[in-house]
Amino acid sequence: MDKGLSLRDVTVFKDRSPLIRVDHDVAPGDVVTIMGPSGVGKSTLLAFITGTLPGDFTATGTVWLDGHDITYAAAHQRRVGILFQDDLLFPHLSVGANLAFGLRPGGSRSDRQTRIDAALAEVGLDGFAPRDPATLSGGQKARVALMRMLLSEPCALLLDEPFARLDAALRAQVRDMVFDRARSRALPVLMVTHDAEDAQAAGGVIITLGNETGR
Amino acid sequence: MAGLWGTVLPAFGHLPAAGLTGPSLDPFRALFGWVGLPRAVMLSVGTGVLATVMSLAIVMLVTAGWSGTRVFGVLERLLSPLLAVPHAAAAFGLAFLIAPSGWLARLTSPGLTGWDRPPDLLIVQDSWGLAMTAGLIVKEVPFLLLITLAALGQADAQRSVRVAQALGYGRLTGWLKTVFPRVYAQIRPPVYVVLAYAMSVVDVAVILGPNTPPSLSVQIVKLMAHPDLSYRLEAAAGAVLQLLLVIGALLVWRLGEGAVAALGRRWITAGARGKADPAVAGLALVAGAVSALAVFLGLVVLGVWSVAGFWGFPDALPDRITMANWLRFGPGTLQALGETALIAVVAALVALVLTIGCLEAEYRHKLRVSQRAVWVLYIPLLVPQTAFLPGLQTLMLTLGADVGRVPVMLVHLVFVLPYVFLSLADPFRAWDARMGVIAAALRASPDRILWRVRLPMLLRPVLTAFAVGLAVSVGQYLATLLIGGGRVATLTTEAVALASGGDRRAIGVYGLMQTGAALVPFALALLIPALVWRNRKGLRHG
Repeated sequence: MDKGLSLRDVTVFKDRSPLIRVDHDVAPGDVVTIMGPSGVGKSTLLAFITGTLPGDFTATGTVWLDGHDITYAAAHQRRVGILFQDDLLFPHLSVGANLAFGLRPGGSRSDRQTRIDAALAEVGLDGFAPRDPATLSGGQKARVALMRMLLSEPCALLLDEPFARLDAALRAQVRDMVFDRARSRALPVLMVTHDAEDAQAAGGVIITLGNETGR
Repeated sequence: MAGLWGTVLPAFGHLPAAGLTGPSLDPFRALFGWVGLPRAVMLSVGTGVLATVMSLAIVMLVTAGWSGTRVFGVLERLLSPLLAVPHAAAAFGLAFLIAPSGWLARLTSPGLTGWDRPPDLLIVQDSWGLAMTAGLIVKEVPFLLLITLAALGQADAQRSVRVAQALGYGRLTGWLKTVFPRVYAQIRPPVYVVLAYAMSVVDVAVILGPNTPPSLSVQIVKLMAHPDLSYRLEAAAGAVLQLLLVIGALLVWRLGEGAVAALGRRWITAGARGKADPAVAGLALVAGAVSALAVFLGLVVLGVWSVAGFWGFPDALPDRITMANWLRFGPGTLQALGETALIAVVAALVALVLTIGCLEAEYRHKLRVSQRAVWVLYIPLLVPQTAFLPGLQTLMLTLGADVGRVPVMLVHLVFVLPYVFLSLADPFRAWDARMGVIAAALRASPDRILWRVRLPMLLRPVLTAFAVGLAVSVGQYLATLLIGGGRVATLTTEAVALASGGDRRAIGVYGLMQTGAALVPFALALLIPALVWRNRKGLRHG
């Protein structure tokens, strides 16, 4: 069985006219970047892979993850993780509870707590568990969001303009951290961005989409 | 719908329960034989249309002249809680304020007026229905204002007005010419609701409206209450007439919209910049403030009466403050409060569950809700209560169904559901759907997302919608009276029943209890999320 994420002849349509077409494999530990101006349907493609395509879009083709066809699986059973440019930490939960929400069920209470604390320590946020996420800085939030996603043990990671909101200094730091973590877990990563620097830093295949894909 | 059918059948003389089978036109003959009818019809139409026009004008002009200013913020905060005050309590308060022996007369007598006994003026229950119109206006202004505020958000009002001002238009004229058409298109359904409601209102009419003859809807209720069942035929005929009147008024209003639009276009083309703006804006603000103050002072005077000992005429305050009234009427109000709360909680809870179920289904199945579907929601609010409730009651009698608490809850639900839905729909849909995407990517099932993420984040709007439901149920008069068959005694039915007796101390106690029953849930809906999420900055403005 093939490990990794495969998009087989995936086409996303808006109102029956094709918006974007991708046919590509992402091997474990690799980063594939899709570049293009806003409005070509990059984010919509990711929504198709996560199983949360908005109502006015349709898509054809199949999505394979580690040898399974997940095209028609329920969103929460796909094991596809995603990060957006906003951290989207749940505002009603503490930092620790946000991580616990992501952590796969099972294990004793103290065991779970240990794993959450370890995840926070891994990104230099020791002792942040009881904090209100709204009181964190942008970089801290991004790190919590990353660890929350990784704790859910996804089999692939999608990145939707993930660093667009961070200022230049933080940007490189968070970016390296995300790619390092994904690589060390051998996750196939698919990133969409319109930022050339992010695409270069990813160090993988870059697919550039222009406006000609509308045809 | 069944209610309307149950109204139409007896209107044409078909009422097997009374041993009568139709069809016949006798009920209409009886109705048209009533000498008070022309006057009653005039009252219904006149007060309804006048109250709607006035409250809409006040709200539009205040918003046009002041939105975005600090004064507007103050007025908005004053008016918002008034939305929850039940119609009956507001009407009683107003009556105690403006009556010849009311608080205003007492405060100014004998110093300014020279009166040492109440003047012999017919202010409350005047035959023109002006007091009744005023009572409707003070209650509809807060409603329309909040609806307008919700619509403003989508109308890009600030920038339009700024552009208009840059072109030399006054703030008010600029707003009317650029924003009003968009806002009105949005608030049209609730405006129709106000018109239909104001034309067929019963509790306010009983308290503030004239008696001989009363307005058509009050007459219908009187006929319904007659021990001789055959009077119900005439009541049903009246209900059909009421329905036709409301439909007619809505049609005329619709035509009026076209006329106003045509005049407005001519006004816009003429390019007048609005020299009179400051004066008009000032006037509108005064009207809005008076309307808010009337309800506030009304509630205060209800409070004063509820603890009043002897209170002779021109004295501004009672001789002594006593708890005797509360001790005397308190036990009765507590019993009514229990009944009110039980019905309200059940109706509001069912409405909330149905609403969340609908909205969540819409989200999960990616359904789009059309403008037409929104109108369907408004239908129970547009059909006059006096048109279908008597029919429903008659129908239930015919079927042998029992009147009582459970049917009352069901009928309350019909009125509560639209308001709960309208209150929750916008915040529910405005929730950032990416939160759901993230949660699903974290392997949370749709149910887990709903319970653990969406509803907790929406705690405040959910509780507010629940409070809206409770307030609507608490304020229901006719539904409780007719479907309860007179055996379900809520604070509202008890309070309105006191109107004819004129015992101001009892009315004060019941009116305050009724207001409290509607207002306290709103206070809790603000307080509970603030406490639960006191350590969560991200939800403080949510």
